[in-house]
Amino acid sequence: MNKQEFLLKLSEGLSDLPREEIGERLSFYSEMIDDRVEEGLSEAEAVEEIGQIDNIVSQIIDEKTITKPAGERIRTKRRLRAWEIVLLVLGSPLWLPLLLVAFALLLTVYIMLWVIVLSLWSVELSLIAGTLGGVATGVLSIVSGGGLRELILFSMGLVLAGLSILLFFGCKAATAGTFILTKKIALKIKALFTGRRMQDETGN
Amino acid sequence: MDVQLKRGLLEICVLAAIKNEESYGYKIIKDMKPYAELSESTLYTILKRLEAADMLTVRTAEHGGRLRKYYRITDLGRKRIEDFEGEWKEIMAIYRFVTREDNKYE
Repeated sequence: MNKQEFLLKLSEGLSDLPREEIGERLSFYSEMIDDRVEEGLSEAEAVEEIGQIDNIVSQIIDEKTITKPAGERIRTKRRLRAWEIVLLVLGSPLWLPLLLVAFALLLTVYIMLWVIVLSLWSVELSLIAGTLGGVATGVLSIVSGGGLRELILFSMGLVLAGLSILLFFGCKAATAGTFILTKKIALKIKALFTGRRMQDETGN
Repeated sequence: MDVQLKRGLLEICVLAAIKNEESYGYKIIKDMKPYAELSESTLYTILKRLEAADMLTVRTAEHGGRLRKYYRITDLGRKRIEDFEGEWKEIMAIYRFVTREDNKYE
């Protein structure tokens, strides 16, 4: 392997690092190879002396993980170039309203979720009310010796009781699900602002 | 050897390698070779840290038609070496205490 191949392979191996750091490390290794060549080694010998690409890459990643404070993860980050900033500012009348609309839409969907949960609970509440009404009528009819109509009401009350018990679990699950979703969204938003990836997304 | 201990020691070694005159990456590795093995990636990390701690300064100069980085120790870096000499006396005292039992019955 010659110097060019070595540096190319190394840059591929380090592609997760910030761009400036890759450049700096590559020129460091380039200098190391050149200095060995100057001492009389061939490029291939110099590269061999420096070591296997895989080992070098894993050593660099290891060292970075040890040196970084806990919680902070290696992340590809780069600064915005001047023209990108200019474009961002010039384009703001376009992307800002779009961003706001997207945000409003997301908020609406989120509110809709809670509305669904709320309506589920109100159905549940009316089922319970129906149960109580039906059963109360049935009991009263037994006491006062009512007819077929009261008996039907009573049995309807029992059916409603069954339904309300079933729906109760549905309501509970829907509420819990929405809560979990809220938590996840909040974490994602937090990660967006702190610039940190969530742990399950970094696979090293 | 313990990773943290070794890292700290290698830092002192790199400072010692540029103590008398400024030096460059490959020369530091060569100078240290008889005493301690130092990989390129470790050297890079150490140089970066020492630079961030103001214990050395870096300059880029032309050499044989290409660029080479030279590292020069600062007063803070010299002080680190001095501190280490003091610390090492303490470590040696601890070492004597730890190995004391062995010597007693020899």
